[in-house]
Amino acid sequence: MILEIDRLTRIFEGNNGVKNVSFNVKKGEIIGLLGKSGSGKSTILRTIAGLDQGYQGKIQIHGDTINGPHKEIGVVFQEARLFPWLTVLENVEFGLTNGKKDNEEIARFFLKQVGLGDAENLYVKQLSGGMAQRVAIARALAANPGLLLMDEPFSALDAFTKMQLQDLVLDIWQEQKLTVVMVTHDIDEALYLCDRIIVLAGKPGEIDREFHIAEQRPRNRGSELLARKKSEILESLQIESVRI
Amino acid sequence: MSKKDIELTGPLVLTVKERKKRAKRTSANWSAITLSLVIPILLLAVWSIVTFTELIPSYQLPSPIAVVETIVGLAQDGSLWSHLGITFSRVIIGSLIGTIIAVLLGSVVGFYSKAERLFDPIIQAFKSIPSLAWVPLFILWMGIGEPSKISLIAVGVFFPVYLNMVSGILNVDRKLIEVGKVYGLSHFELVRRIILPATFPSFFTGLRSGLGLGWMFVVAAELMGASQGLGYLLVIGQNSSSPDLIIASIFLFAVVGKCTDWLVKIVENKVLSWRDNSVIGG
Repeated sequence: MILEIDRLTRIFEGNNGVKNVSFNVKKGEIIGLLGKSGSGKSTILRTIAGLDQGYQGKIQIHGDTINGPHKEIGVVFQEARLFPWLTVLENVEFGLTNGKKDNEEIARFFLKQVGLGDAENLYVKQLSGGMAQRVAIARALAANPGLLLMDEPFSALDAFTKMQLQDLVLDIWQEQKLTVVMVTHDIDEALYLCDRIIVLAGKPGEIDREFHIAEQRPRNRGSELLARKKSEILESLQIESVRI
Repeated sequence: MSKKDIELTGPLVLTVKERKKRAKRTSANWSAITLSLVIPILLLAVWSIVTFTELIPSYQLPSPIAVVETIVGLAQDGSLWSHLGITFSRVIIGSLIGTIIAVLLGSVVGFYSKAERLFDPIIQAFKSIPSLAWVPLFILWMGIGEPSKISLIAVGVFFPVYLNMVSGILNVDRKLIEVGKVYGLSHFELVRRIILPATFPSFFTGLRSGLGLGWMFVVAAELMGASQGLGYLLVIGQNSSSPDLIIASIFLFAVVGKCTDWLVKIVENKVLSWRDNSVIGG
């Protein structure tokens, strides 16, 4: 078990946040957190990332309790959040603490992996949105995280770039046996990528249902199975909207 | 790998576009320069005409040539360089002191909200004092020598640098700081690797307007009593009723002031070439 979350509760003003959320993540799994806005998806991710320490419950990574940012965790945010004063290569090197030469070598390797081997000397202002997010993924991967957290990583991108980057994540996942927890509000994205989809509902959010998708990846985006799962998920989200 | 190729055409397209843009930019630059010269040339022409035809008597407005002759004369007997040098060094030393204090205090106030509550109200209050009002006090305290002049310039430079420094720090994107936190950076590292570089643009904005004020204040400082400097030439020109000397020193002020601003701008563009709006760079 890489990540164990036990009765995580974090409630903000106006009942935003999450209540009694428990789930575990095994090595190599891709977990999707799905829910309407305000259901606390991002709250869960921020507490795992150690950016929000005012929670109740227990979060453990490799048995370590989370009480601050953890070496084993990498984060890709919704925005690329690159440092504009650094080149692409320097951005990818940002979190690395080896010697200068090793850092560069690692950064180059991951830039190549996200398909930006030629872009290392560009500045952020010269990148398109998709390229910037690729750099952000490379930066997160370069630190060799045991667990990668992604907070709606592709929601700001156009549909085609989004699909390219989803495939990229799958490629890297297959190659490096990544473990990923991703927040998304895109059901298709969750169905295309995830082993398990956890649907949050209510305010504060609680786990409503969990869907297992056993189909092998890469999946066919238009497959019947995914379509059926999608209607189930939609239904579960709908029920919640009636309840509110 | 075709999926990657599609997007990778991005930078290539960009460079072609950029090249075209750059070509357009240089031609636009030239037309801008010619356009900016129209009015100065017109003014010079009008000035020459009214002085040659003695429409305005030369004891009030000397001809452009007389002004140039005055400058050349000053240059030949060597006094020009010592006047320029002393004024220049006053501005530089005063600006340096003002900038250093502003950066230190601005950083402390920007980083620690307690310091902000402690210092910021009083600094805002002092800001609203017209800085020239300090002149008599400074002379009283420090005499008429260099310290009072340099202090006055430092006060002038301090405020724009300080204000920009504080707002620069307060406006650093919290989202970038969060990235630093995810990587477990210490407080000091956050400052060094994220907050300071992010503050550079507003620091330079402050420095440039500060230097502008520095040149303004050196005039005031030298008018109030000096035995050397461009401002002193102004006083001499007034006392000896030689408008050519006055216009010559005004002209020199304009030239050196513009030069220092231009130098800072070059450094700024070099340091901030990553900025999205920078003219040079890319």
